[in-house]
Amino acid sequence: MLSSIAALIGTKIVFGSNMLEGYVPLGLQDPDPFKLFNKHKDMIVLNDKPWNIEAQAHLLDDKVTPNSCMFIRNNGLVPENIDPKSWTLTIDGESVRTKKTYTLAELKSKFEEYTYQLTIECGGNGRAEFDPPAKGNQWTVGAVHCASWTGVRLRDVLNDAGIKDNAVYIGFHAVDQHLSRDPNKEAISRGCPMSKALQDETLLAYKMNGEDIPLVHGYPLRLVAGGWPASVSGKWVNRISIRNKVHDGAKMTGTAYRIPCETVAPGEKVKDEDMCIIESMPVKSLITYPKTGAVLKQGKSLEIRGHAWAGELEVTKMEYSIDFGSTWNDCVVEKPVNRLAWQHFSAQVDFPKKGYYEVWARATDSNNKSQPMLLPGWNPKGYLNNACHRIAVKVK
Amino acid sequence: MNEEKSFRDQVNTIYNLLMVLFTLFVLAGGGIIYYANNPNMLNFNNKSETLVNVPVEDDSDLIENGIHKRTGLIDAEGLMTVVNNCTNCHSAKLVTQNRMSEERWIATIKWMQETQNLWDLGKNQEIIVNYLVTNYPPKAKGRRMSLTNIEWYELED
Repeated sequence: MLSSIAALIGTKIVFGSNMLEGYVPLGLQDPDPFKLFNKHKDMIVLNDKPWNIEAQAHLLDDKVTPNSCMFIRNNGLVPENIDPKSWTLTIDGESVRTKKTYTLAELKSKFEEYTYQLTIECGGNGRAEFDPPAKGNQWTVGAVHCASWTGVRLRDVLNDAGIKDNAVYIGFHAVDQHLSRDPNKEAISRGCPMSKALQDETLLAYKMNGEDIPLVHGYPLRLVAGGWPASVSGKWVNRISIRNKVHDGAKMTGTAYRIPCETVAPGEKVKDEDMCIIESMPVKSLITYPKTGAVLKQGKSLEIRGHAWAGELEVTKMEYSIDFGSTWNDCVVEKPVNRLAWQHFSAQVDFPKKGYYEVWARATDSNNKSQPMLLPGWNPKGYLNNACHRIAVKVK
Repeated sequence: MNEEKSFRDQVNTIYNLLMVLFTLFVLAGGGIIYYANNPNMLNFNNKSETLVNVPVEDDSDLIENGIHKRTGLIDAEGLMTVVNNCTNCHSAKLVTQNRMSEERWIATIKWMQETQNLWDLGKNQEIIVNYLVTNYPPKAKGRRMSLTNIEWYELED
């Protein structure tokens, strides 16, 4: 393998012996992203530089999302030569007691290992629907996944280094390059308040669905913070700073991952200082079966199913409507396997007569907030669209 | 004796030939190493540090059904200015996905200049903004759109 690549490019690959088996250097990669990232053929490429790829609702039917159907969101360039043996994680910042650096092996041996299934949704999932349109990748419904993550608790590592009383926030730093390849710029460096950093489920993960994390999803170490915008779950993390103020890294400031602190009319201008950081994601659900466009014979009932999630909260009620919200019927909704994992729902739907229908799904969270049928509050960057998902069905 | 002389002559000829080859080899080798370290040495007429517009090969700028095939951008006035200035850091897909008013396209350019290392576009800015506003203006979507492009299929069980 190595020698054939070397022969192809007519030179030796420096550190080639450290390359993962079966890994093809990015420079030589097949431009076919489906092969490159092992993605399902029905995934939708929104952007190829940087790589941004989303799922469709019917691809997310699995209870635990497989790699093949997980959306890809990048702000910068996917790193190339990663050597897990020499990889280190440094804990630093104004509010760390002792700056410490750990190898991957040290993290794994020193701290207890945990596994959680975590819902991770892009803050901009659903952006495509906003009017006036919002700038950025035009995600529709597929920028969400709920895989199983294994790693050590961020809390345990932070405590090992020591947290000063004035700690406010953590900020991650990672090795992905800025699009402009300017070495002085970080592609993304976000974080979360200490309260989120110290939760049981906030992990420094080195495994996804029981295997090494795929490169594009953050190999060899990813911060995972379920229920919050996916941008908090930093990929390729090599440094975490304990800050004595709200972290001010790339994409923490300005309008990035922020919404107006007070609601605004569609299209209204909002000053940077009037924008507030998004924390927990809102209640939402997705019908993953059947795929939209099903044609059924009259008299047959239809089994629908899908998932519902509510950021830090739990989904307490799940309903469907086949008459555009005039009447709602309950679905069966399961408890989450652990906190911050999505919940599965199902229902048997009967249609009274022939015709065109839309099946709409609506989740309600433990604070009694439901998904809106219309677009929720407009915001300049098009975040937090949790409007009801619907599928088209014809009965003939 | 004659035989010995002709043998010496032959040895001398071969020796001279080898010396010439060896000298050429050393010169060529040195030249290659020098060139590798100073790749601009043959650009006699170029001032150093000047950005050169690399002419794009004809077939990579194919237009099919009004679309610039390589980038997916709409073929219209200003196309190549957009290709040359707006697809260096990110893919053209980030342009074609988006629809904005003139004010917001300009604000986006300004944001890229302030935070993302985009250069001063000079006279090209007007060409680029005109192209974007003409070809990628906002579309009214309202508060919720109808479901479109549904691929109907028979659901069997």
